Amino acid sequence: MTARERIAGNVAGYVDDRVGAARYLKKSLKKVFPDHWSFLLGEIALYSFIILLVSGTFLTFWFDPSQREVIYDGEYAPLKGVEMSAAYASALDISFEVRGGLLMRQIHHWAALLFMVAIVVHLLRVYFTGAFRKPREFNWIIGIGLLTLGIVEGFLGYSLPDDLLSGTGIRIAEAIMQAIPVVGSYLSYFAFGGAFPGEAFIPRIYIVHVLILPGIFLALITVHLMLVWYQKHTQFPGPGRTEKNVVGYPLMPVYMAKAGGFFFIVFGVTAFLGAVASINPIWLYGPYTPGQVSAGSQPDWYMGWLDGLVRMAPPLESVIFGYTISWNILIPGLILPGIMFTLLALYPFIESWATGDKREHHLLDRPRNNPNRTAIGAMALTFTLVSLLNGGNDIIATTFDLSINQMMWFSRIGVLVLPPIAFIVTKRICLSLQRADRELVLHGRETGRLVRLPHGEFVEIHEPISPEKAWLLTSHEQLAPLELPEFDAAGVKRPQALKNKIRNRISRAATTAIPKATESERREIEHH
Amino acid sequence: MSNESKEIELIKDPGLPAHQHRRTDVDEKYAKIAERQVAILFMLSVAGTLLLIYSYIFIDTDTFIFIPIFGDQNAHQLFLGLGMAMALFFIGAGAIHWAKQLMSDEEVIAQRHEFRSDEVDRAEFVKTVKEGAAVAGLGRRPLIKRTLGLALGLSGLTPLLLLRDLGPLPGNEQKETSWKAGTRLVTDPGDRPIKASDLEVGAVAQTLPEIIGEDKHRKLSDIAKDAVLLIRLRPEDFNLDDERLSWTHEGIIAFSKICSHMGCAVALYEQQTKHLLCPCHQSTFDVTRAAKVIFGPAARPLPQLAVTVDSEGYLIAQAPFNEPVGPSFWGRSA
Amino acid sequence: MKRLSRLRRHRAAGPLLLIFGLLTIGTTFQVASAVTNTTTANADRSALIEEGKQLFLKGCSSCHGLNAEGGVVAPSLIGVGAASVDFQVGTGRMPMADMSQQAVRKNVVYTPEEIHAMAVYVASLAPGPEVPGDELLNYERDGSIAEGGELFRTNCAMCHNFAGQGGALTQGKWAPSVMGVTPKHIYEAMITGPQSMPVFSDKTLTPEEKLSVIKWIKHAETEPQLGGVALGRVGPVTEGLLVWTLGIGMLIGVAVWLAMKAR
Repeated sequence: MTARERIAGNVAGYVDDRVGAARYLKKSLKKVFPDHWSFLLGEIALYSFIILLVSGTFLTFWFDPSQREVIYDGEYAPLKGVEMSAAYASALDISFEVRGGLLMRQIHHWAALLFMVAIVVHLLRVYFTGAFRKPREFNWIIGIGLLTLGIVEGFLGYSLPDDLLSGTGIRIAEAIMQAIPVVGSYLSYFAFGGAFPGEAFIPRIYIVHVLILPGIFLALITVHLMLVWYQKHTQFPGPGRTEKNVVGYPLMPVYMAKAGGFFFIVFGVTAFLGAVASINPIWLYGPYTPGQVSAGSQPDWYMGWLDGLVRMAPPLESVIFGYTISWNILIPGLILPGIMFTLLALYPFIESWATGDKREHHLLDRPRNNPNRTAIGAMALTFTLVSLLNGGNDIIATTFDLSINQMMWFSRIGVLVLPPIAFIVTKRICLSLQRADRELVLHGRETGRLVRLPHGEFVEIHEPISPEKAWLLTSHEQLAPLELPEFDAAGVKRPQALKNKIRNRISRAATTAIPKATESERREIEHH
Repeated sequence: MSNESKEIELIKDPGLPAHQHRRTDVDEKYAKIAERQVAILFMLSVAGTLLLIYSYIFIDTDTFIFIPIFGDQNAHQLFLGLGMAMALFFIGAGAIHWAKQLMSDEEVIAQRHEFRSDEVDRAEFVKTVKEGAAVAGLGRRPLIKRTLGLALGLSGLTPLLLLRDLGPLPGNEQKETSWKAGTRLVTDPGDRPIKASDLEVGAVAQTLPEIIGEDKHRKLSDIAKDAVLLIRLRPEDFNLDDERLSWTHEGIIAFSKICSHMGCAVALYEQQTKHLLCPCHQSTFDVTRAAKVIFGPAARPLPQLAVTVDSEGYLIAQAPFNEPVGPSFWGRSA
Repeated sequence: MKRLSRLRRHRAAGPLLLIFGLLTIGTTFQVASAVTNTTTANADRSALIEEGKQLFLKGCSSCHGLNAEGGVVAPSLIGVGAASVDFQVGTGRMPMADMSQQAVRKNVVYTPEEIHAMAVYVASLAPGPEVPGDELLNYERDGSIAEGGELFRTNCAMCHNFAGQGGALTQGKWAPSVMGVTPKHIYEAMITGPQSMPVFSDKTLTPEEKLSVIKWIKHAETEPQLGGVALGRVGPVTEGLLVWTLGIGMLIGVAVWLAMKAR
């Protein structure tokens, strides 16, 4: 035993005497993790979160979350002598007086944007592969919670410097608050400590941004990871992979090195962005005052779809018995997003209701093998994308020489018409891909080599695909549509006949598929 | 296809493919090369850290360096960041390369276990809970249960009560601004009163109500309701009823600058079309028709401030706004 | 044959004669027009107006009317002042080539002297804003950058964006970038209110305040990137585009490399 081994043994023994760690660690260090690049997307989000904590803590050492008025007397000449809040002035100081301050500010903001991108891309991967199915429904709901809280946290974060652009965003948030029926004005006055903008808002959102929400994040992310650890990660179908096993590499040393290394990659790429690309140049925006606004004011990208919905909303407002209800704000700002996120959170249950599938799934779906789910996802993405583009309609108009009025009408109509089109097109594409898979299994790969048979016929040589590939293309499960009874044994219509009929219909749509190739069919063709 | 009721046979799982060895597994020469590559990657990280330290200490914060295509960049910020990026990235690249090339890449199979507890455990759990509940006696002692519920519920309300002082009650404040009959319009910024003759046709001016008294300091909360946009057209350009026309003065018309949609400052005046555009959500207001909404999500026109001139020729408000300014709220018309 | 006769019948006589003729006419014309220009430089105002009127009739009257009274496609120029002409023609906006949207900054067609003549002509039609002299435009001395920034954000940013990069107006119109414009033209734009832009009267935005705005714009023009590549200085839209392309692209690239089996 070398000296190093002896010392390590002593330390390990010391710890184990007190907590019995060896018993647990001996298994967990060998835990198996499947390896696919798309499984790293959630890690990008996790590492971005850590980067946010680290860079954010740095910023808190200099940031002053106060809205008391100061006269700027710092390094940035174009703002010298200008009246501004202490929060804005301290953000300027971080940018210009603290060495590395601007870099850390930029790393923090780029990390926030990447955090949200990673969450969305990770969500798309989980959705399109059906990883949210039993037993992972809770983790899906936690994920949607993280998405929603991430949007709020990001909004609060970029509002802290109290610059003209983010202050405009706060004005809009206050208008949404104020528009809530009955309690809106009270909520606004309590949030802002009086009339907008007041002097209480920035200090209050500071605590939400640096303590309350990060605390909730830490808790949710911990549960999220613990569930993945305990339930084991899903895996893509393939040779040797079943619902009852997990194939991959052990935590120590391979996964530790790869995942740990990936943390440094994410941090490095974020630092690179912070070094070379300017983000949130608050000194150009100027301090917030309600009498000013800039052309082309947008929120950060993850709220762009909300802005787009608000822009395209019809100008509907009712006054009922003297009380005002602003549909033009409530629908795009609260009601529609509320419905969207609720449906998103409940989707695993909706799908299992529609298909009647209540079993556990640990093998992922190839998106083409669940055309209905994939098409619904494409539909939702199209809706979000049209809204997102409309959120930037003035920038797009000036860049591509278009008219904001035309873009608005395109979005109003497009947001209703394009998603169903996307659904139909995607479903058809998925079914076509299934047919192509079937062809490949039954007839083999087209080699492009032509042979002339003795009797003169030209045929193309097809090469049979490997057994691994054949397995990959046919291992998926194809659910049969539900056939809930509408009539009982005596032929009398059941009370829930209509519900069952609807559910049958939905289930038929949800399980539409091209029947997969079987060994029997292959043999028949061979004997042809 | 025959119609026989034959058992459909599915394609079988061929099992895990045979392990393919990497070059580094087979030939020690390649393993050595890989080892050296990992070392180089780690050394690149060291170089990054050195660049970071050098930039922090030695590069002045206002040194600028010209980069082709991108223009003048702040050298301190750029190299500090690039140093940090390199320092971090290459640790990761090195670790990943090490894992890929040199650590074992034999796939391992682990078994999944059913999550469901077996029936015995479930039954035991239910029994334990039931026994515990019986010991607590809640079932037999409804008085305890109900008063416990009452105590917990009520005490849960107290935090809400303690939050009451988060802010004052709005009262009528949302409906009031600083504008009164006779308040002069002054420039923003500058606080100079404005004569009607100061404005040419086609001119705009950003204005605020004059503050009488020593303390000329304005709160942002006041600006958020008081900001007014002054526009001069030719009187014949207006398309107003008599009352609204009487709120103008020789072609000068004044509107609240706070958008009736969500409160952004509306001051983008298109001189030729006589439209006001709010840059936030593109609500468009027709100035000739008292800021009537002609496009976009705003549901109400901008409130018009009735203006006239005082004895010295300075523009003044005739009266306060006839409606609350800014975004809508529940009690707006009440 | 006599020598002259022989020379007259030489092969090269024709071409030489032609070249001589062209040179004569060309040079005469040059001299004649040059004489006209120098005459302009020294001529009195009425000759200037006359020259401006001729230029106007040739290049502008087809849209603006023979007496600058305006028409279906172009507004009246009576009362717009010399400053309007100097701005519109001096930035190349006039003569307007594409009538579909709005006058855009493009190559200047006229010489400074011609623009001056046209400006004097239009100014003679009715009083209007005058071209600001160099003494008035000393923004370095008379303006303040910080005040200019405040004024720009209050009066200009809602159309031209916080960094003067321009912005969208209704129906496909746009407020152009204010970068790369001469101080004189910026001043003239403020006092004449070209096309969609309103007028900023000297009483509500004083000449000193206008100079501050110009000084701020000139500073913003040359301010180096402080945090890195500016991404157009239009805000979160381009920042979001960058994360969704370069940002996640780089990370997914590394992820694919990470999970790929080594050779």
